[in-house]
Amino acid sequence: MNESLNLILGAFLILNLLLASSSRLLHCIKLVAVQGILLGLMPLTLPHSPDSSAWEYLLVMCLNLVIKGVLLPVLLAYTMRKTDVRRELEPLVGYSASLVIILVLTGIAFWLGSLLPPEPHGASALVVPAALSTICTGLFLIITRRKAITQAIGFLVFENGVSIFGTGMMIHNGLLVELGLLLDVFALVFIMGIAVFNINRSFQHIDTHSLNALGD
Amino acid sequence: MNNNLCLWWTGLIAAFLLAPLLKGIINKTKAIIVGRRGPKLLQPYYNIIKLLRKGCVRTTTSCGLLAWGPPVTLATAMIALLFLPYANQISPFAFTGDAFLFAYLLGLGRFALVLGAMDTGSSFEGMGSSREVQFAALAEGPLFAVLGFLAISSRSLNLSSMLTCPLPAQVPTVVAAVILAAGIAFVVLLVENCRVPFDDPETHLELTMIHEAMVLDYSGPDLGYILYGSCLKLWLMAAFVWLMLIPGDFGSPGLMMVLHILGILLSGVIIGIIESVTARFRFLKLPQFLLGSLGAALIALALTILTGRNLP
Repeated sequence: MNESLNLILGAFLILNLLLASSSRLLHCIKLVAVQGILLGLMPLTLPHSPDSSAWEYLLVMCLNLVIKGVLLPVLLAYTMRKTDVRRELEPLVGYSASLVIILVLTGIAFWLGSLLPPEPHGASALVVPAALSTICTGLFLIITRRKAITQAIGFLVFENGVSIFGTGMMIHNGLLVELGLLLDVFALVFIMGIAVFNINRSFQHIDTHSLNALGD
Repeated sequence: MNNNLCLWWTGLIAAFLLAPLLKGIINKTKAIIVGRRGPKLLQPYYNIIKLLRKGCVRTTTSCGLLAWGPPVTLATAMIALLFLPYANQISPFAFTGDAFLFAYLLGLGRFALVLGAMDTGSSFEGMGSSREVQFAALAEGPLFAVLGFLAISSRSLNLSSMLTCPLPAQVPTVVAAVILAAGIAFVVLLVENCRVPFDDPETHLELTMIHEAMVLDYSGPDLGYILYGSCLKLWLMAAFVWLMLIPGDFGSPGLMMVLHILGILLSGVIIGIIESVTARFRFLKLPQFLLGSLGAALIALALTILTGRNLP
């Protein structure tokens, strides 16, 4: 059993609950940054596998730390300040209800994790539940929070979940996949930032629900 | 009577004698932090003794339940104190499943107080009871999640062995889970004893009271019983949290006893500090906070179950 890995995964589960219940935008962004940093530290806790070289490990780790832990949160915070959005999240589902839903989803994640066959490399039994729970939290945030910027946050959380799965199960299809994922996220948050900025400039708010009413 | 049993009885007597001191420490800490001299450390004792010497006035509209509330609250708190393993000595009253009795004795005391409050027919007391019961119901989830956590990590339903079970200190995940669960137990302590983030014990406005609103109609010895009962309950929960954190036997029994009492008094200082630096939560935020602690306790539970599989 890998103890420090378990600690990190437990921290992810708690961060998910905090994300679901926090009502402040900046607080959410900080929580996502903490998740990014934890994700970056995860490879350190895993046993080194013979078929990948150490520098690949280190490169992915550093890129994760820098991009997910620092760069993207800073970018989100910058967009938030630039667009003068109100600090509250304006959720469609109340915070208490969100918490209950995330708890139930986490429970389902644990159940699904127990259905899967035992991990081949003897990785932690918490990997699948933590990954699924983080993915669900991300999707849930995308669905139930109205602001464009919170949807970017939700996507980041979702992507963190996917990365937990990959790193935790020690799927080393290598550098290329990881870099592709990172580029993907980076580009998306970048585009999202610009889009949010433009939506805000044209409509004086970033409520995505009003966009549904737009015709062509 | 053997040595361990003597030690346990010392712990019990210390609880009965020192419980009001814990409240005194909380008040003194708060006073020092805001720069006042504050009431004497022994002020809760004086208050209780003064109240016990007074006469008692009861409303004539009540049907008698009013008189039942205070003695039942006090008695349940006293009985619940019998099940704790003071200084890690197994309680002579322990039996399998006493954890549930422990939890529901607290519930029974609250129920008696709520009935008494409703009996007066005062709208303020009805409001206070309604809030008290609502938050107590929400706090029950985290409390039972913590008890479940203890039951699984010690593989027993006996409160004494649940709280004295030595931690596998070499497993960081379990230690982290224990600290998390003890934190949740501390939250439950704050709710159960109506401390600041949930209720303000010093408020003088009936509309914002929770617990205080329920005891508005009591006077004299009745109020004295309630005050002493609440002191005992505070000691009880503080001892519970402290016993969770102490990892099994180490050192001589005398040292354990001193550590036990010092730890509980220290928790008084911590509560005082928390009350000085935080404001009370909005009513609407309370259920969310308690649900969150339930979630955290369940995660602690999941962590122990998953790591416990590979432990001896």
